[in-house]
Amino acid sequence: MHDVVLETDNLTARFGGHVAVDHVTCAFRSSELTAIVGPNGAGKTTYFNLISGQVAASEGTVKLDGREITRVTVARRTEMGIGRAFQLTNLFPNLSVLENVRLVVQARRNKGFNLFSMAASHGEITDAAEAALGRVRMQDLAGQTVSELSHGNQRKLEVALLIALDPKVYMFDEPTAGMSVDEAPVVLELIEELKSDATRTILLVEHKMDVIGQLADRIIVLHNGALAADGPPAEVIASDVVQEAYMGKALEDA
Amino acid sequence: MLIRLISGDTPRSPILAAILLIILLGLAFAPFVFPGTRSVDTAARICIFIVLVASYDLMLGYAGIVSFAHTMFFGIGAYGVALASIHMGRGFDALVVGSVSGAIAAAVLALVIGLFSLRVRAIFFAMITLAVASAFAVLVSQLSNLTGGEDGLNYQIPRALTAAQRYLEEPFFGVRVNGKLVNYYVVFFGSLIVFLILLRIVNSPFGRVLQAIRENDFRTEAIGYRVVYYRTTATILSAVAASLAGSLFAIWLRYVGPDTTLSFDIMIDILLMVVIGGMGTMYGAMIGATIFVLAQNYLQNLMGAAEEALQSVGVPLLPLFLNPDRWLLWLGILFVLSVYFFPTGVVGRLRRRG
Ligand SMILES: Nc1ncnc2c1ncn2[C@@H]1O[C@H](COP(=O)(O)OP(=O)(O)OP(=O)(O)O)[C@@H](O)[C@H]1O
Ligand SMILES: [Mg+2]
Repeated sequence: MHDVVLETDNLTARFGGHVAVDHVTCAFRSSELTAIVGPNGAGKTTYFNLISGQVAASEGTVKLDGREITRVTVARRTEMGIGRAFQLTNLFPNLSVLENVRLVVQARRNKGFNLFSMAASHGEITDAAEAALGRVRMQDLAGQTVSELSHGNQRKLEVALLIALDPKVYMFDEPTAGMSVDEAPVVLELIEELKSDATRTILLVEHKMDVIGQLADRIIVLHNGALAADGPPAEVIASDVVQEAYMGKALEDA
Repeated sequence: MLIRLISGDTPRSPILAAILLIILLGLAFAPFVFPGTRSVDTAARICIFIVLVASYDLMLGYAGIVSFAHTMFFGIGAYGVALASIHMGRGFDALVVGSVSGAIAAAVLALVIGLFSLRVRAIFFAMITLAVASAFAVLVSQLSNLTGGEDGLNYQIPRALTAAQRYLEEPFFGVRVNGKLVNYYVVFFGSLIVFLILLRIVNSPFGRVLQAIRENDFRTEAIGYRVVYYRTTATILSAVAASLAGSLFAIWLRYVGPDTTLSFDIMIDILLMVVIGGMGTMYGAMIGATIFVLAQNYLQNLMGAAEEALQSVGVPLLPLFLNPDRWLLWLGILFVLSVYFFPTGVVGRLRRRG
């Protein structure tokens, strides 16, 4: 078995009286792809927000490589290796596609406080950014302004930013939602490739059961913010909780 | 080489390039092309305001930070030179010490304001700068023993920079080569250097992060940049550049006072210049400052001339509106029209076309 990379212990998020994530205790190992499922509003995105730091934990802890990071800033968590793609596209709309990716590469290489060199002279950053765009087949769109991209391409760029960041822990929040049938496979193949590298830990929120069946090593189910099931895909999909709470929903979606 | 000097940030529009070149050459040869005390003084003010506006653009146009304390930093640089010249006696050493200590004071103050208030919402930072700048202005007018209060300070600068110093017996291309001419070129080259450094900063990897913060600070943090450090650094750099502009102004004027450096009117002028020229472009500062300072200095004359001309041909009513006392009204109209027709400023407009 591989080492535990990421752990949450009784992790809880409350918004006023509403408990969005309810004492979730769970560990994620390297080389493992965990699918996180649950109906709308189950707390999946909030669970991600707690791990990557956008939402402060009301209770419980997050650990990365055994170090507690519950109070660490978002930027520092990213530096430490937690990478996140967002469910709602969250880009730099008035910059070019290439510049969006360059910013990530530049962050990764700690060049942000380079004040007196010309950004354009850092060819190695541009090269790495172009390579990441190539992974989602968007190299031809490098010069476009993001706000002019189609929705599907914006979703792909969202994934490209995460690829460029190349973190230890990849967190995908419904990466293919809203993509056309010919766009989604590019992203799914990419996730499959990432999975083949044993040093990575992947968390994937996804509604489509066929995708999950194909990619996941493990499924966890969130229901009303609480961990309702956790295990190998076949087992979890067959379990009562998923049949009742989730499969009905997923079938409706399909 | 030239491209490196402007950090690869080409005007990207032939018309814009031509306008910028005209401004640059006009300022470089101002004492020869537009001789006369008043026009050379206008040229020096344009140089200084270009730096002041460009440094404000670094914050507002690139990092998206709204500050009302920019004239405070401008004033700190100016008072630095004034106080050093008074207490150390006239001399180049006093100018250097005054400029450097002004810049350091501006940097420290910007650091403190930034770290305390840039973590939170942008509107809070804007309000803090407003409060600090007002308090500073009050302090300067109260501490009249030190600062001369409302009257300001007169002091002497090295003779080598004043009209009293003659360098050539004969005029050169019709211009007297004296210390005042040298002083103009100190202002011109000082401004040029600071402007080119600011241009480099906005085109550096750091400048790109500032743009990212302006676009989406949430995502900038999520990809690993600690936004508050970048915002604070931008504020400090901007404050130092503004302070240096203030020092050049003090060297040029041989006088500092609240009205010439700290007043809120100047703060509003800076905002207008940034907006007219085009935010987030740097070159907008050149255009905005040139248009504005020229209008400030010559609109009244122009209107006076137009009033007389219209009166002499007997046009009714119109001369009334062209009375030189109404120049602020016309400046306001110019501003509204320019924002209406060029919402992205002159530079934004020209680039979109080009
Ligand atoms: N910042 C917030 N303030 C208040 N309530 C919130 C906040 N964020 C999330 N919630 C609530 O927490 C619950 C869980 O939301 P979350 O977005 O995590 O669900 P989800 O599982 O990602 O759903 P979906 O499948 O629709 O993406 C919802 O009821 C939501 O309204
Ligand atoms: Mg969600």
